[in-house]
Amino acid sequence: MVPLDNYLILSGILFTIGVIGVLVRRNVIVIFMSIELMLNAVNLTFIAFSRYLNSIDGQIFVLMVMVVAAAEVAVGLALIIAVFRIKKTVNVDEINILKW
Amino acid sequence: MEIFLFYIFGALAVAAAVLVVTQKNPIYSAIFLILTLFSVAVLFLLLNAQFVAAVQVLVYAGAIMILFLFAIMLLNIKYEEKVFSKRMNLKIVSIIISIILFFELTYVIFFREGLGIKGDLTPDVVAETGNVELVGKILYTKYLFPFEVASLVLLVAMIGVIVLAKRKF
Repeated sequence: MVPLDNYLILSGILFTIGVIGVLVRRNVIVIFMSIELMLNAVNLTFIAFSRYLNSIDGQIFVLMVMVVAAAEVAVGLALIIAVFRIKKTVNVDEINILKW
Repeated sequence: MEIFLFYIFGALAVAAAVLVVTQKNPIYSAIFLILTLFSVAVLFLLLNAQFVAAVQVLVYAGAIMILFLFAIMLLNIKYEEKVFSKRMNLKIVSIIISIILFFELTYVIFFREGLGIKGDLTPDVVAETGNVELVGKILYTKYLFPFEVASLVLLVAMIGVIVLAKRKF
């Protein structure tokens, strides 16, 4: 059996790559994909712990995370399309009307 | 065998995740994200979570990524001339912060205390009734209220998307 630490470290690596994507990229859609990457890393942690603690509750949590992710992606992409109609760009450096 | 599969698909997931962040064209990013999601689904299978693996492929790699591709093609975005932020020092600072975050995560993983109380659903017990049946049973009894709230979240998101995407109110 693969040790639990291997799964946790893999999930940490995936989460860190997601954080780097959010902080470094300027395209809103790619930032969204990086957020999906982070959510997936957390899902992997949930499933690994649910397996090693002999419990099934973690899998229910993952289903809830997936529900929230689906809702978040749908609303986020609708917002991006609405912003794109006005500003004609998806670069977060140029979407700065809220900045004061 | 299991650890062999773990290393193959773990490396595949990490490599595809790096490509998601570094590709210029958002469509390539989306394709590599699908590859990452598939590799993570295989890891779910290795962890005896068959139902979640199937949902991962159906909902994530299927529905959500199709939504992403639709949005990318609808917007018809040109390539980013510079993939990363224009401000170089900002980029360096963000990468340093991320690496610090990674070391914090590994610190927590290696110096954690205890693992909590173990449940009674060992893989043998799960194999008797089947993973999907157990998930369904617990979802409709112990977690019935969160399940209903989840349906409400999806309904609100659906109405919100229709309102946001409409051209005129």
